[in-house]
Amino acid sequence: MTTDNSRMQREVWITGIGFVSCLGEGADLNWQKLSADKAPEPVIDCDKIAPYCIHPIPELDWSTQIPRRGDVRQMENWQRLGTYTAGLALEDAGIKDNMDLCSTMDLVVAAGGGERDIETDNNIMALAIGNNDREHLVLERLSNDLRPTLFLAQLSNLLAGNISIVHKVTGSSRTYMGEETAGVTAIENAVSRIQAGQSTHLLVGGSYHADRPDAIVPHELGHFIFSGMKKGEGGFAGINERQSGDGGMALGSVGAFLVLEDAEHARARGATPYAKLSGVASDLGSRSDDEATKARLTDIIAKLGAKEAGADRVISGASGVCGITDLEFDVLRETLGNDIAIRAHGTQIGQPLEANFPAGVALAALALKNGGFYPPFEEVEKPAGSPPSSILVTTISHGPGEGMALLEKA
Amino acid sequence: MTKTYTDHKGRPIIVVSGYGVVTSLGRGVKDNWTALIAGKSGITKVNRFSTEGLRTVIAGTVNFMQPEEVSAPGISFAMADATTQEALTMANFDNGSFPGPLYFAAPPVELEWQHRFAIMDDNKDSDVAGYDALLAAARVKKYQKTHDLVQLGTIAFRLAEKYGTKGLPISLSTACASGATALQQGIEAIRRGDTQAALCVASDGSVTAEGLIRFSLLSALTTANETPSKASKPFSKDRDGFVMAEGSAALVLETLEHATARGANILGVIRGVGEKADSFHRTRTSPDGAPVIEAVKAGLEDAGITDNSVDYINAHGTSTPENDRMEYNNLKAVFGEKIHSIPISSNKSMIGHTLTAGGAVEAVFSLLTMREGVIPPTINYENPDPEIPLDVVPNVKRDADVATVLSNSFGFGGQNACLVFGRDVA
Repeated sequence: MTTDNSRMQREVWITGIGFVSCLGEGADLNWQKLSADKAPEPVIDCDKIAPYCIHPIPELDWSTQIPRRGDVRQMENWQRLGTYTAGLALEDAGIKDNMDLCSTMDLVVAAGGGERDIETDNNIMALAIGNNDREHLVLERLSNDLRPTLFLAQLSNLLAGNISIVHKVTGSSRTYMGEETAGVTAIENAVSRIQAGQSTHLLVGGSYHADRPDAIVPHELGHFIFSGMKKGEGGFAGINERQSGDGGMALGSVGAFLVLEDAEHARARGATPYAKLSGVASDLGSRSDDEATKARLTDIIAKLGAKEAGADRVISGASGVCGITDLEFDVLRETLGNDIAIRAHGTQIGQPLEANFPAGVALAALALKNGGFYPPFEEVEKPAGSPPSSILVTTISHGPGEGMALLEKA
Repeated sequence: MTKTYTDHKGRPIIVVSGYGVVTSLGRGVKDNWTALIAGKSGITKVNRFSTEGLRTVIAGTVNFMQPEEVSAPGISFAMADATTQEALTMANFDNGSFPGPLYFAAPPVELEWQHRFAIMDDNKDSDVAGYDALLAAARVKKYQKTHDLVQLGTIAFRLAEKYGTKGLPISLSTACASGATALQQGIEAIRRGDTQAALCVASDGSVTAEGLIRFSLLSALTTANETPSKASKPFSKDRDGFVMAEGSAALVLETLEHATARGANILGVIRGVGEKADSFHRTRTSPDGAPVIEAVKAGLEDAGITDNSVDYINAHGTSTPENDRMEYNNLKAVFGEKIHSIPISSNKSMIGHTLTAGGAVEAVFSLLTMREGVIPPTINYENPDPEIPLDVVPNVKRDADVATVLSNSFGFGGQNACLVFGRDVA
């Protein structure tokens, strides 16, 4: 669904950003590193789960955003990263610890499933070799070996639950799922609610912890994970470079949360915007027909009015999976011009699935606020010119579903 | 839009024009309702997998579907497909092109032990073990079907494709309030004017050995295994936990104007929804109950009714010691002494706790309660808890004129959602 521009709509501002990637902690630090004259060397670990490269979580002191040790203990890293980043966003928006604002703030989280107990799982798989009664083995080991509260670190909506507990955001709480589309629908729905006056201020985002084999397996079953230019040979390559090989996603640990606000609400409390979130549009359709997929993406760009708004650069969430990645870039060039400056953030921060779209929106908002852009992350990416006035953000899922946002200077 | 099509706040009146349901009691609205008002239990000893040595060996499983694979995603999709088909047929939208979005309350799906072992066995000669072995196997052989099943968005994508819903579907979770949240999303979209109709579906087929163990480790499940049909006993003094169960429900929401224009049969009205998150604890509610009280009050306020006109409450009523006590206390805080004379029953006494699907399944039963003029009982009410002096419609259905229903859903993670349904449009 798309937002219907014919109705009276409130303006949506981004007034706070929480951002953590393999490059480090904080929106400003990520902006500085990524917008330097030359793009940074990707931070990757290609040894731990070789032949796969993952973008790890940087060193963080959880206690600065999650003060109670009991809370940290109750979570696994996916939840810790999200709760931590949500705190950064609230702090950045000047809302943190403001009980009046937090208790009326709506929360929308894009989440997958949580970490499994790798040691227990590996032990069961080892014991299962040559075992004739695997059912019994599983029952016995899980009953005895699982930490009783681990389940609470696995439930999708418990990232939102932890954000409510730690940061007291309690206006409402919804968790959206569905890999990259979770982030798209979360932000699209959040924007719709503010535009229609159903919410005045809202915390939306997601987090992903890539440094775990149980995260890679479900995607590698469909051959969607990058494991070298030739499958299995290992090594790293950027999103574009991968397209001349076997392609695929290098999973990335990212936390990305945004404070979205009705512009009037923000003005009334003296908050300043990073950018205006002018619209989000999305669609779903079969990927088996390239022309139909191109038509859907072209329609989304048209619905957002990206060309009319003068968007001459794109923050792309391209996954790196062959086929759809180049198709997306082709559509962007066909609709917005051959010289469009596309930055595929996957080259730098990896694929954070549910957090892909929130991360892209955050990177676009940072560029608009700072009046600059990012250097090419790979040679093939075109340089950008004068300060941006509008930026298109894409998340074309590696599986079904696609979404985009248009951000403009506020 | 003429005045008769809008509610007390000038918003479009939202009606239900089709619903479908599957629980352990059967497939379809008719079979479920017949069993429900007869006070039948769908809870049995689990026979889908071994439960040897487990503390809880009973559940409300759905074993009569023909899923493409016996797994949580397989069963969840089969049930969601069945209830969606039923709801759309009833609403006369059964042409593969539904004129609105899909909101799907999605169950937790992930790779299961059967999958891990199958992949592992494909790579028997591997010199690595555990997840390394799974990855090594997956690099050489594509497991497309398993891949598709364990993606969290798959069920909604498949439903959207099959039934032609519009746009990108939303898969959501608010734990045990998910079913209510799916409806809430539809309500909000219609009120925004984004759409005239919405398809809201919830499904949960996640009764697995690991699922039972996980809830057991949290001490959430009853261990009354001896007589499964008597294990779920909401509001009883000896209640000792909930019974895991499977189920699905689908509801077609549309504006009264849209339904009237196409001559649809109106099955009930969605009058309001209230929500409030709790920041107290991962599994427990605030001791003062404030968030639950706020959610109920917000639902009543949204519906534009005073507490005087609630004729029946469809309780969350899980049969855990904590839930039923806190639900009573918080309802009393809202309704005062009057709460003791409002009939309230728990469908979970018969179907168990259908988790992700609960709020939607109970929405269907709430609408049926009004239409049929029959309140389903709370069965297994043999040992009343004197601290919960409610009219729980004990053990036997009751004929009653019910025009307004409040339905509660609460979930881990501080999720509270309350829906208000009406029988009549005016």
